[in-house]
Amino acid sequence: MEHIISVLVENKFGVLARVAGLFSARGYNIESLSVAPTLDPTTSMITIVTVGDDRIVEQIIKQLNKVVEVMKVTDLTEADHLDRETALIKINTNTKPEHRDEAVRICDIFRAKIVDSSPTTYTLEITGDTDKVEALINLLEPLGIKDLIRTGRIAIAREAAKAVSRHNSQPAKA
Amino acid sequence: MKKTGAEIFVESLKQEGVDVVFGIPGGVVLKIFDVLHQQKDVEVILTRHEQGAAHMAEGYAKATGKAGVCLVTSGPGMTNIVTGLADAFMDSVPLVAFTGQVSTNLIGNDAFQEADNVGISRPCTKHNVLVKDVNDLARTIKEAFYIATTGRPGPVLVDIPKDVSTDKADFKYPDKVNLRGYNPTYEGNKHQIKQAAEEIIKARKPVIYVGGGAVFSDASDEILELAELTQIPVTMTLMGLGSFPGTHPLSMGMLGMHGSYWSNMAMHHADLLIAVGARFDDRVTGKLSDFSPAARVVHIDIDPTSITKNVHAHIPIVGDVRTVLKQLNVILRSLDGNVNERKQQVRPWLNQIEEWKRDHPFKYEQDDKAIKPQYVLEKLFEMTKNEGIVATDVGQHQMWAAQYFKGKKPRTFITSGGLGTMGFGFPAALGAQRAYPDKLVMCITSEGSFQMNLQELATAAIYKLPVKIIMLNNGFHGMVRQWQDLFYEGRYASSDLGKIPDFIKLADAYGIPGWRADKPADVESVIKEGLKYKGPALLDFQIYPFENCYPMIPAGGAHHEMVLEDPPELKSGTAKKKNVEEEEGELPA
Repeated sequence: MEHIISVLVENKFGVLARVAGLFSARGYNIESLSVAPTLDPTTSMITIVTVGDDRIVEQIIKQLNKVVEVMKVTDLTEADHLDRETALIKINTNTKPEHRDEAVRICDIFRAKIVDSSPTTYTLEITGDTDKVEALINLLEPLGIKDLIRTGRIAIAREAAKAVSRHNSQPAKA
Repeated sequence: MKKTGAEIFVESLKQEGVDVVFGIPGGVVLKIFDVLHQQKDVEVILTRHEQGAAHMAEGYAKATGKAGVCLVTSGPGMTNIVTGLADAFMDSVPLVAFTGQVSTNLIGNDAFQEADNVGISRPCTKHNVLVKDVNDLARTIKEAFYIATTGRPGPVLVDIPKDVSTDKADFKYPDKVNLRGYNPTYEGNKHQIKQAAEEIIKARKPVIYVGGGAVFSDASDEILELAELTQIPVTMTLMGLGSFPGTHPLSMGMLGMHGSYWSNMAMHHADLLIAVGARFDDRVTGKLSDFSPAARVVHIDIDPTSITKNVHAHIPIVGDVRTVLKQLNVILRSLDGNVNERKQQVRPWLNQIEEWKRDHPFKYEQDDKAIKPQYVLEKLFEMTKNEGIVATDVGQHQMWAAQYFKGKKPRTFITSGGLGTMGFGFPAALGAQRAYPDKLVMCITSEGSFQMNLQELATAAIYKLPVKIIMLNNGFHGMVRQWQDLFYEGRYASSDLGKIPDFIKLADAYGIPGWRADKPADVESVIKEGLKYKGPALLDFQIYPFENCYPMIPAGGAHHEMVLEDPPELKSGTAKKKNVEEEEGELPA
């Protein structure tokens, strides 16, 4: 199954290679990867999306914990979480005359933004979960997608209070 | 006063208590060797190949428990130690490898003797670092030794560019390390330990299964106490040999592919396994789906990745083996004061094991014509009273040595387990001998393994390291030939090594004396001569070349499916064997 793994690491060279190496050494592909510094500039958060056998992923998570520069590993798939990705999509608008209007309409429905415009193209920016991004891509495909770039997913756990109340059937109020 | 990087390096080694460095100089580490040359506290042992340096450092580390140190140059110097790093990584050996690197302004330029040392070593080190600033050097060295020797030990590589060794900085060796992401667990979870104790008291057919972690953790006393307190028999992995006295009535010796029949049968029929610093390696477990079908598993290990990797642990305990066993023994003592009652409870189990042992002991047939390897080892251990340090290479001789070795102390059986590195034994023996100049150190090897690092004969001769090389010479890659006999219809594809060289003459060229035994009657006198000689010596035992190592769990088999001897068609002689005898009129030496 799919796993979204957050890895909090020292912001140093070579760390990403070590983390990625634990996947490649087991013949596992990383579906998406995002790395950026956290509030503390000496640490970075790596978000990895991978698909694999639970046993192997559990082993990889344990191995990640062993890396000296890794401070914390969370498998967000196990808990309630939010995930988002951004895509920039450059579409052709000159194949048919109505395409330019059609692109704006689709853009509105998805609350995407047009961030660049040329006489023959629009570039759209969309942020959302993977389903939303893919739905938009599917709709835009007939117009002709010239170029597409996706950030890969980032994810964050939902606030714990909600998760607790879900499991706690007794009303908390006295 | 400011010091150069090279001076900081040497001062840091002194602070870490390092007394010997194994290595070979080269362009980018000349400054470091120059500083080492001008002091006496840290000895430099110049090896003949970098791989030798890495294995010597491993042998030193395995014999002492301290970190072994090697120092090599950039490029080929570094790539030559990769086998040593991988070996140390698999067997959890505390090793600190220093490699030279081209100057920081040349890195990535395809400079002369440049290699991406950190990139190449990443998957076979516990940790590695490129030092880019001389101000970071002392701290990095401190961290390297700390990481190599704590938690599950392992190799750490520190890559030092040439300009870092010549640049200057203020020197202050840090008192402690501050690593946010590295904090191994030493204490075991109390609740889990209590549960383990309850399982142990209930068990009728328990087995203690000890691995190399027990050796590194110095847990021998605690294992002895646990075994005697609970009357549970102990089996050891190849890496665990010596952690429990081989002569103790509760010792079952080694388990696994070429382990004792009785220990494997005990594993198969056990109702409780107490795994202590072991990792359920495939050579130990055999077929996983048939592994100890009825057993509950208590698994104590400092490395969480080892737990439930291959075999599910019902009671996982992450922690230092020695610390956890101390905690466990305290609980067991309070729960179970009556040893006699315990003895009654496990008596039928111990009787059963005794019966398995009686039915299928280790065996071989020694006639008066060809020397059997087991005979040599049995004689050797008898004559040395199991007192020396043994380092082995890899193959049949290693398995026979493990079967017949009954050492009483940990760190006296040094071998390459996980990686199975032929060529490990001789340099490792030299490293152990350097650590303990007055102890008897024996390298049990074969002509195939020995030739992979024989250049270190020079190191033995020059540094007067009196290692006794016990060569079981069968003219074959013996274990390969055995598998070819069993699974490839006796076609000896590239396993026949022939009769060269004459090892006695070879040793003589290095000024090392040698003795040869051609027939069983010579064995005792050759061992005696070798042991009597006050220096390195090579003993060449021309053994029966077609002896196979049994018992054996065939690949894909389970513990109870051991093969005990040559199948009938092999006994009558393979085609190849007959050919050899007919053509040459004698067995290959």
